[in-house]
Amino acid sequence: MIRVVIFVAVFLFSVCTFARTWVVAKNSSVKSIKSAIELAAKGDTIRIMKGIYKEGNMVIQKSIVIIGIDYPVLDGENKYEIFTIAATDVSIIGLRMINTGVGSINDISAISAIEAKRLRVLNNQFENTFFGIHLANCIGSVVEDNVLHSNAEVEHQIGNGIHAWKCDSITIRNNKVSGHRDGIYFEFVTNSLVEKNFSHHNMRYGLHFMFSHNDEYRSNVFQNNGAGVAVMYTKKVKMISNRFEDNWGASSYGLLLKDIGDADIQLNHFAKNTVAVYMEGSSRCHFTQNVFSGNGWAVKMQANCDENVYSKNSFLSNTFDMATNGSLVLNTVDANYWDKYEGYDLDKDRVGDVPYHPVSLYSMVVEKMPSAVMLWRSFLVYMLDRTEKVLPSATPENLKDIHPAMRNYDYNF
Amino acid sequence: MMKIAKYVSYDILRNRFIALYTLFLLMVTFSMFSLDSDPGKATLSLLNIVLLVVPLVSIVFTTIHFYNSYEFIELLLAQPVSRKTIYFAEYFSISIALSTAYIIGVAIPMLFLNFSESSLYLIMAGLLLTFVFVALAFGASVATRDKAKAIGIALLFWFYFTLIYDGLILYVIYSFSDYPLDKVTLALVSLNPIDLARIIILLKLDLSALMGYTGAFYKNFFGSSLGVIYSVLFLFVWTLAPLLLAMRKFVRKDI
Repeated sequence: MIRVVIFVAVFLFSVCTFARTWVVAKNSSVKSIKSAIELAAKGDTIRIMKGIYKEGNMVIQKSIVIIGIDYPVLDGENKYEIFTIAATDVSIIGLRMINTGVGSINDISAISAIEAKRLRVLNNQFENTFFGIHLANCIGSVVEDNVLHSNAEVEHQIGNGIHAWKCDSITIRNNKVSGHRDGIYFEFVTNSLVEKNFSHHNMRYGLHFMFSHNDEYRSNVFQNNGAGVAVMYTKKVKMISNRFEDNWGASSYGLLLKDIGDADIQLNHFAKNTVAVYMEGSSRCHFTQNVFSGNGWAVKMQANCDENVYSKNSFLSNTFDMATNGSLVLNTVDANYWDKYEGYDLDKDRVGDVPYHPVSLYSMVVEKMPSAVMLWRSFLVYMLDRTEKVLPSATPENLKDIHPAMRNYDYNF
Repeated sequence: MMKIAKYVSYDILRNRFIALYTLFLLMVTFSMFSLDSDPGKATLSLLNIVLLVVPLVSIVFTTIHFYNSYEFIELLLAQPVSRKTIYFAEYFSISIALSTAYIIGVAIPMLFLNFSESSLYLIMAGLLLTFVFVALAFGASVATRDKAKAIGIALLFWFYFTLIYDGLILYVIYSFSDYPLDKVTLALVSLNPIDLARIIILLKLDLSALMGYTGAFYKNFFGSSLGVIYSVLFLFVWTLAPLLLAMRKFVRKDI
């Protein structure tokens, strides 16, 4: 019995001693991060003290934890990729990475992970990087509390902030991304969670994903991005409690949905976008309890969308509530609150007794002749819209809300 | 000039019409804000009033007043006063009377009920429209000796600028929709004071939509305060041009 106890004790002791900690500092025995990585064994921790480190590209091929103390600066000298990770269970914590190289063939990044399972990138700062965090075929990874910022002038000279390709079950939480091409970019990423991120002032999209099924986007803020948010070719997406704000421009959208199926879009706030939601070729998307306020167009739904449902949303002071490009309507719009609704409620059940037609004649006119928007709110246009309401001829007759709410739902996000 | 303006102003203020106009505007403003829970929507409804009623009242009242005080003007002309002085005194007293009515009827209640940037813009647009349409009315009044004819011309001005002109623009846009029309539309809109006033408000309320179709040119125009400055500047041109043209005619006219 005693032998067994001793054996276990010795074994545990030896295991504990295996995980060592290496300290990298100017005055310690290990002066470079590269040599620390070389010296470290699986499970070791490397602590990097404050300082500026210019070590070119560092390749990590073993499971180690790298922790920066007081944000040591890792400078890519505008030439190198900083970390290339090809191992499982690697953690990168508390570093400041600046000035990576720029490439038009290679996706040079501050952290590039290839087939890295359970990678954790926490609490880092990225300044002036080409790509910030680049994940390829990474499973179960977490990117949390990072701040990424770049100062590109044009779209083709900059990469994405957080770029994920062919990943599964990853979590992107609480990051701030600005000044990149796309803030967060997903391609073939499944079963993942994107939560509480703030993506703003990016050159192209705040969030961009394609072929990324079963993902969930919660409580993110997408603000003032060049072209808003665009999501394409994806099934079963959940978008809940996000804010889409201030996306202005001819081809800028709060949320662009192209070939999206079975999406749940709830409790989001779309404010002051040129087009809050633009839908093309999308099916079975459910928009419930969203607020659309102060947008140019709240919803532009092309006629090739089908079986989408808009219910219990609030439409407040948008220039145009809905626009479409055809007369065929295969979608349902029901029980929303429209601030332009002028019907009555005789039986006092808080549901309007006459249907509301959200597509106005003039929104169809502007769809065809964009310059005509200059005449909006003139007496002539007012009369045209009135006439159309009495005798609908050009607007799709079937696109109507049969149970419009009499009172604003007052969702408070 | 001040003396003449004083007497003309007394005359106008004794007229019940200005009081009625003030009361009407007051009632409309209050009812809009009490009927609508959303102050933004009330502002919109008031916009329609400002764009329709303010020009109409300004132009018709000025024309009628001009002819009613024709004898007074004749009397003044017999005195050693220059015609210019009389003319400008008339213009300023009428436009000040009308804009006072507007300020009491719309501006002050609005500042109390809904103080916002769009309210300020609406107030400014209404005031500028008053100046423009009083000037246009002087043009109509000077053009002919016949009161009925002058009122007809004034009404035609109003009708043309509120309705006909926009219809013509829409027709042009429709006919040439294959061509880039951004700058053309802007130029055409500048030829109508009511449209200019409307654009000032549009820039506040519907900026997100206006950004929808723009190229770089419009992004600068609408995105900065350039759009508002442009509109205000052109509204001043719209005040000065008819005012000075009518003055030329008034000075040379055989009354």
